Amino acid sequence: MPANPFNAYTDYGIGIGLRVPHYRHILEKKPVVDWFEIISENFMVDGGRPLEVLDTILEQYRVVQHGVAIYFGSADKLNRDHLKKLKHLVKRTNTPWLSDHLCWGSVDGRYTHDLLPMPYTFAAARVAAQKIREARDFLEVPICVENVSSYAEFHASEMTEWEFLSEVVELADCGILLDVNNIYVSSKNHNFDPYDYLNNIPHHRVGQIHVAGHSKFEKYILDTHDHPVLDPVWEMYGHAIRRIGHTATLLEWDDRIPSFDEVHHEALKALKFQERQLAARVA
Amino acid sequence: MQGRLNDGRNLRAEASEFIKPNDRLSSFERLEIYNRQYWFRLLDCLYDDYPGLLAVLGERKFLKFATAYLSRYPSDSFALRDLGARLEQFLCDEPHWSAPREALALDMVRFEWAQVVAFDGLSKPPITTDEILDTPPEKLRLELQPYLSLLALRYAVDDFLIALKKRTTDGLRAEASNAVESAPKATARKKRILLPARADIHLAVHRHDNRLYFKRLEPEAFAILSALNRGVTVENACVEAITSGKRNDGDWAARIKGWFQSWAALGWLCRAK
Repeated sequence: MPANPFNAYTDYGIGIGLRVPHYRHILEKKPVVDWFEIISENFMVDGGRPLEVLDTILEQYRVVQHGVAIYFGSADKLNRDHLKKLKHLVKRTNTPWLSDHLCWGSVDGRYTHDLLPMPYTFAAARVAAQKIREARDFLEVPICVENVSSYAEFHASEMTEWEFLSEVVELADCGILLDVNNIYVSSKNHNFDPYDYLNNIPHHRVGQIHVAGHSKFEKYILDTHDHPVLDPVWEMYGHAIRRIGHTATLLEWDDRIPSFDEVHHEALKALKFQERQLAARVA
Repeated sequence: MQGRLNDGRNLRAEASEFIKPNDRLSSFERLEIYNRQYWFRLLDCLYDDYPGLLAVLGERKFLKFATAYLSRYPSDSFALRDLGARLEQFLCDEPHWSAPREALALDMVRFEWAQVVAFDGLSKPPITTDEILDTPPEKLRLELQPYLSLLALRYAVDDFLIALKKRTTDGLRAEASNAVESAPKATARKKRILLPARADIHLAVHRHDNRLYFKRLEPEAFAILSALNRGVTVENACVEAITSGKRNDGDWAARIKGWFQSWAALGWLCRAK
């Protein structure tokens, strides 16, 4: 769905991640970009250049926050200090929605700085949904949870990943940030059909889509965000928006980052699929 | 990844209890992917933020040191920028890692941590020169900006780090791309930089216009700033610094006035609570 409650009824187009190597180009050349996604934790600081850059960007561009450390799936309670700083940033950016991952990554106050997969159980879904609701009530902004890529599965799982994601978002009444590349990576690592995933999630809850590149190794695929988007992922993206509709789309490129123009050009390839989807609807 | 946990349990057996294998990887191997990513991510962060300490310890020792540090002090902050917050403590607790250069390593890690603080630390509204002059010095108490660190060091680590970073910058290959900061690191000929000589210096690590700076201070200036930060009045801070200093030359009034003007212009001084 394009505008829906999980993206605050906005109609954002194609965006890219705001990354340090591109700061100078963006601030000097002021390129036309529909929106930028920022990693919340990079700007949850007390002062200095990060906030100076952010404030300058906010004067001219729309910004959406994407987090990596709420850990909805961790057994620990939500970190109140983290939430307070996050809320402070939400007010600064006026982000229309906020996203973070359906994963865990901390135990007893220790952080892995990774996005670890959860066992797909009803108990885990209840815990995650409760934390999403708490976070949304505190932050007062719609939340979309992102499906992570994974390299391990658990004996304890009671359902498929897409059933688990669906269960969580229905219990939490929240949105989905659908990462198409993550579905592809996980499908290869765990031998499932990625189109089963795409076809069996609540499409009306998708507030945003991610596309990205990955790296292939001999026995697994790693979600590295350091390559262009591969063709099978673009095909899955096209399928997704045929089912979901024209939805805010973000290209993630986080390592070995090329020039701004190259990243933006890659992101704008999504237009081709959006135009096809529009043409199909008109026909 | 080691095959046993610290308590002796077999990690392969433990992994197979809760992780499914697939047609290509065992449970242990699937867990190992995450293990490698964990160490890669955190060690990479320390390598990036502490190049001076890396140069002092050497690459091979730094890798072992960083691994030991992270085992002793796993991350307890959601921000990777805090990862090195206890490096100084760890070096004090386990000086064998930096032997025979214990003092140099401590100076370097304090200097590099001060840069982390200066980069994105809190900034308070600075006090103006007029506001300073409006209050008699025997009553005036000032604080320093939270992002400012004062360091009394035994080695010229500032010059060393500048030379080290210049060597890295000089080695970068020219890029037509405007992604300058992501250009590949130097691979070729690294000119050897001598470790810093013994030299008592006083540094202020701070930021101005959101750019990082380190400024050498005269010992008396350092003493005044340190005293101010302890809550001492301006008058007493100046008297302490002059009477404990070794110099008897020059016009102290003019010198101190110049320092305060400079510090006010840099925005270092804030009204005390």
